[in-house]
Amino acid sequence: MTDTTSQPIPIKTEVSMFQKLELDTRLLGMIGAFVILCIGFNIMTDGRFLTPRNVFNLTIQSVSVAIMACGMVFVIVNRHIDLSVGALLATTSAVMAMMQTQILPNTFGLELGHPMIWILAIVSGLIVGTSIGAFQGWLVGYLTIPAFIVTLGGFLIWRNVAWYLTSGQTIGPLDKNFLVFGGTNGTLGVTYSWIFAAIAAAMALYGISRARRGKIAHGFPVKPFWAEATLAIATIAAIFGFIWTLNSYAIPSRRLARMFEARGEVMPEGLVVGYGLPVSVLILIVVAVAMTIIARSTRLGRYIFATGGNPDAAELSGINTRFLTVKIFALMGFLCALSAVVASARLANHSNDLGTLDELRVIAAAVIGGTALAGGFGTIYGAILGAFIMQALQSGMAMVGVDAPFQNIVVGTVLVLAVLLDIVYRKRLGAK
Amino acid sequence: MQTAKELRAAGAPPLVDMKDISIAFGGIKAVDKVSIDLYPGEVVGLLGHNGAGKSTLIKVLSGAYQKDAGEIFIDGERVEIHNPRDARNNNIETIYQTLALADNLDAASNLFLGRELVTPLGFIDDSAMEAECRKIMARLNPNFQKFNEPVSALSGGQRQSVAIARAVYFNARILIMDEPTAALGPMETQMVADLILKLKAQGIGIFLIDHDVHSVMQLCDRACVMKNGQTVGTVDIEDVTDDDLLSMIILGKNPKEKKA
Repeated sequence: MTDTTSQPIPIKTEVSMFQKLELDTRLLGMIGAFVILCIGFNIMTDGRFLTPRNVFNLTIQSVSVAIMACGMVFVIVNRHIDLSVGALLATTSAVMAMMQTQILPNTFGLELGHPMIWILAIVSGLIVGTSIGAFQGWLVGYLTIPAFIVTLGGFLIWRNVAWYLTSGQTIGPLDKNFLVFGGTNGTLGVTYSWIFAAIAAAMALYGISRARRGKIAHGFPVKPFWAEATLAIATIAAIFGFIWTLNSYAIPSRRLARMFEARGEVMPEGLVVGYGLPVSVLILIVVAVAMTIIARSTRLGRYIFATGGNPDAAELSGINTRFLTVKIFALMGFLCALSAVVASARLANHSNDLGTLDELRVIAAAVIGGTALAGGFGTIYGAILGAFIMQALQSGMAMVGVDAPFQNIVVGTVLVLAVLLDIVYRKRLGAK
Repeated sequence: MQTAKELRAAGAPPLVDMKDISIAFGGIKAVDKVSIDLYPGEVVGLLGHNGAGKSTLIKVLSGAYQKDAGEIFIDGERVEIHNPRDARNNNIETIYQTLALADNLDAASNLFLGRELVTPLGFIDDSAMEAECRKIMARLNPNFQKFNEPVSALSGGQRQSVAIARAVYFNARILIMDEPTAALGPMETQMVADLILKLKAQGIGIFLIDHDVHSVMQLCDRACVMKNGQTVGTVDIEDVTDDDLLSMIILGKNPKEKKA
């Protein structure tokens, strides 16, 4: 309708150069907080925090929580919660550990180290995780039991199913091919990491230019070219900077020597080889990209956000919100299983307490990353950044020598403050 | 083109014919054997107190509720409407009193919610949707500019125009409007009235639920008054006065019966 009151004639206001970039100020704030955090710890630890070695370790420690946080974004955006992710991680990890150390070698007679072992183990874990997730989603969506209750029950059930399956024992060592997904045991190496950086940069550039051309083709307003170019350059610089850091972390010479010995060769004197991009981080990147595409460019994602914004409207628009809930929890279960691969491979065994308290870390990561518990808002990159902020905070404090109880006190405080900041930010923005 | 009245007199099958519709919630008969029909190019007003069963009846047609008994015919053919999707497939569009907008999404996403335009690869085509949204909004509300903001940032009138755009865009043949002007100012109300007349001229049949007897007198061809889940009567607007309608709403009596 004509709305003369709320739409005054636009007054020419000076738009600063900065505003022309049309940046997501929230994301910028988070990156700012993260950078300040890292630099602060770096000063306090006399430069030990921002070494390639520590960045590498921080990254591989964050991956498991970050992968699950991506799924948690969808769950929370859809106005649900999943308290069972840590327990589900334990169950799927137990299943995969039993598959590769007992069932496949003993029952099916596959030789240890057979390439089918890691494949079948992971596939079975993913199937179990997805099925459990789908089942919980069915309880929530079709039987309308609140997600809090279903997953609180799941939290107790799956934690102890894992315990029962393994009789509480640590299972290991895991299949050596499986360990590739853990971090230090599986990296792309310097050359492939650079190639990866180049491909990623090219794809980012393609994505940005395609979006711009699409807007121009429809005659929509676009940012000035220099603004777009600045953003593109910043993105590419970030990609190469990250890979450069990971490449700079050299494999310790003893370990390198052992690797040469294993191949029956002698290590050349003074050889330095960098780790490069860990396979687990590559998995996280693939998950992040896929989940972002789902969120932004598929019906599934659009319906998740619409249902989170107004469940009644979604239903009246013909969206099957019940089945949608099943899909969301199934996806969450799938990602728990994927996280279980990374987490157990990083430790080289399945232990009974794997994933303990992960549900809280995952929810905290999503919330710090700007996912609103009221539903309807949240981003994948925010949640991943949230996971990294939490991990940086935790390991930074450990390196500085903060007492263990204080570490958790600080993390808890940061969580609450982050949500408060978010509320203040949204109010100032005028959004609900 | 024949008018709705001529079509009715000629005994042509109505666009919508709801026969003996009943629906109960936990023993309470919200709608009790109500029959109502609608012809192309006709506006039928539904009047009654709160809780008279108007919205419930109409939600049976829009697929939000399932009827317990009764039949629905469209163009003389019996149809089953189990959910909002079925209703949409029968070219029934609804503008709900609550507008049913996802506040966190922008206008285009709301316009196409549940019927997104996709690229050949099956991904959502936001640019195409925004382009279509700009086209229809240019017709309905030329002042509308906030295409890239969530609808929570829009004014009541702007939100209403998004909801109307959604109903009009998909070539509805049957339009249900549940108190479309309840939250609007006088100017916007007039816009909605003009739009109703325009759509009527295009041969769309419209069910208009309204509290306001005057706007029903002004816009509708017939009015159906409901009370306690039953119809008090369906009358031609030409034959009645404001007061007749009011007494039907309040007393639950049909003036024609009174005269007889």
